Amino acid sequence: MADLVAKSACAGLLPVTVGTLTLEETDIGVLTSVAPYNGRGDDLSTALQKAHGVKLPAPNRTTGQDAVRAIWFGRDVALLAGPAPDRALATHAALTDQSDAWAVVTLSGDGSDDALARLVPLDLRAAQFKTGHTARTQIMHMNASVTRTGPDCFLILVFRAMAQTLVHELKTAMEGVAARR
Amino acid sequence: MRLTCPVCGERDRREFYYQGAAVAMRRPAPDAGAEAWDNYVHLRENPAGETRDMWQHDGGCGAWLVVTRNTVTHEISDVELASDLAGERA
Repeated sequence: MADLVAKSACAGLLPVTVGTLTLEETDIGVLTSVAPYNGRGDDLSTALQKAHGVKLPAPNRTTGQDAVRAIWFGRDVALLAGPAPDRALATHAALTDQSDAWAVVTLSGDGSDDALARLVPLDLRAAQFKTGHTARTQIMHMNASVTRTGPDCFLILVFRAMAQTLVHELKTAMEGVAARR
Repeated sequence: MRLTCPVCGERDRREFYYQGAAVAMRRPAPDAGAEAWDNYVHLRENPAGETRDMWQHDGGCGAWLVVTRNTVTHEISDVELASDLAGERA
């Protein structure tokens, strides 16, 4: 068999730096959607805590840090990012490997919320959208997951097929912000 | 226009997809007869006033919602999860 080389979603597109803003591709590990079965949310949260040290996040919230992060990912779904899921979770939730399905980028730097304000119909300023907060929303017309991971740092996920469009939209917004400084 | 998703909170209209009148919440029984099914499939009210629609928060959490709004004043008086209403008369 041919020796195949895995390419990341944004290979050849990133990193990009414009003014104070940097956009780079981020490897956040194995991505697994974790969807608790009916009424099993509490059991799942306990199992997640035991296996990976993070609780099941409430809507619009995340738990954990860079190495292991659980991101609220929609109604009754969380995305476990980092380790491969412990088998014990499967008794409480449907687990689906989504590692290759998402383009994952980090937008950082002073004014990163200004850049996203041009694309996202949501108030992402620090007063409203604090570190650890997350949202399922849209970046232009792309369904996305946006998480604030630091004071000037956002983790952004869109479907992998939209990686090039995502980079284009974000780069345009970054240039717009830089031009007004 | 903004809708308050019961899961996500208040969001812009562009995150939502409009499906139509909330008749899907009261589907007739399979043997309800031709007239009931004709009503269900084809006939819609066009009220000047309060109406109930199905919307999906497809740009957000993905939940199906029943939105009560007024077509005259554009006031949105209620947004409920369709799953909470399943089995009830919406």
